[in-house]
Amino acid sequence: MKIKYFAWVRERIGKAEETIDPPAHVKTVDQLIAWLAARGETYAYAFETPRVIRAAIDQAHVQQDAAIAGAREIAFFPPMTGG
Amino acid sequence: MTTNVTIRIQESDFDIAREIAALTAGRSDVGAVVSFTGICRGSEDGAAIAALTLEHYPGMAEAEITRHADTAMSRWPLSGLRVVHRVGRIAPGENIVLVVTASQHRQAAFEAAEFMMDYLKANAPFWKRVEAAGGAKWVEARDHDEDAAARWTKS
Repeated sequence: MKIKYFAWVRERIGKAEETIDPPAHVKTVDQLIAWLAARGETYAYAFETPRVIRAAIDQAHVQQDAAIAGAREIAFFPPMTGG
Repeated sequence: MTTNVTIRIQESDFDIAREIAALTAGRSDVGAVVSFTGICRGSEDGAAIAALTLEHYPGMAEAEITRHADTAMSRWPLSGLRVVHRVGRIAPGENIVLVVTASQHRQAAFEAAEFMMDYLKANAPFWKRVEAAGGAKWVEARDHDEDAAARWTKS
């Protein structure tokens, strides 16, 4: 699946998007965050406070307990500050 | 009934008069137009800023604004709705966002414009980064923006 990062999540990780293949035990958004956070220092920094991270699956907002099965694109970003 | 909704995300500035005219030209059923313009302030938390840079999530940003525009069109008797949101580098004094609503009567136009702005601030995937003398930093979301959006869901 494709993963996208925005704003300071993108800056901390150092990339805007990547394609990943998480193991089968990673079933929900919060499990994916925990799995990503364990990939290295930059990821650990980006996801150091998981509760502030917002997520979208296939460009729609989701809660962190959402299942990721079948997702084509998952995005992680800080709370939004547009308008 | 045709749905007269236009959503644009662009780097360039917008012409408020032209956007309003697009909702009123050639029709006589519009009795009220409300426009809201969000403008880049020259200071953030009391400190002068050089510019804002707005990042967005292409695709999702358009989809989220369209979703809320559709909600507004079904919730209020609007004859038209336009949203223009700029991205990229924006200097103090420049326009950031425009919401225009048109209706037969003012109450629907006022309420729908406020609804759109409250939802844009809390739910549309845009992020502001501030450039100032001390460096650059991301603007933090404010709780009252989420509260402002939430009040529209209260019965």
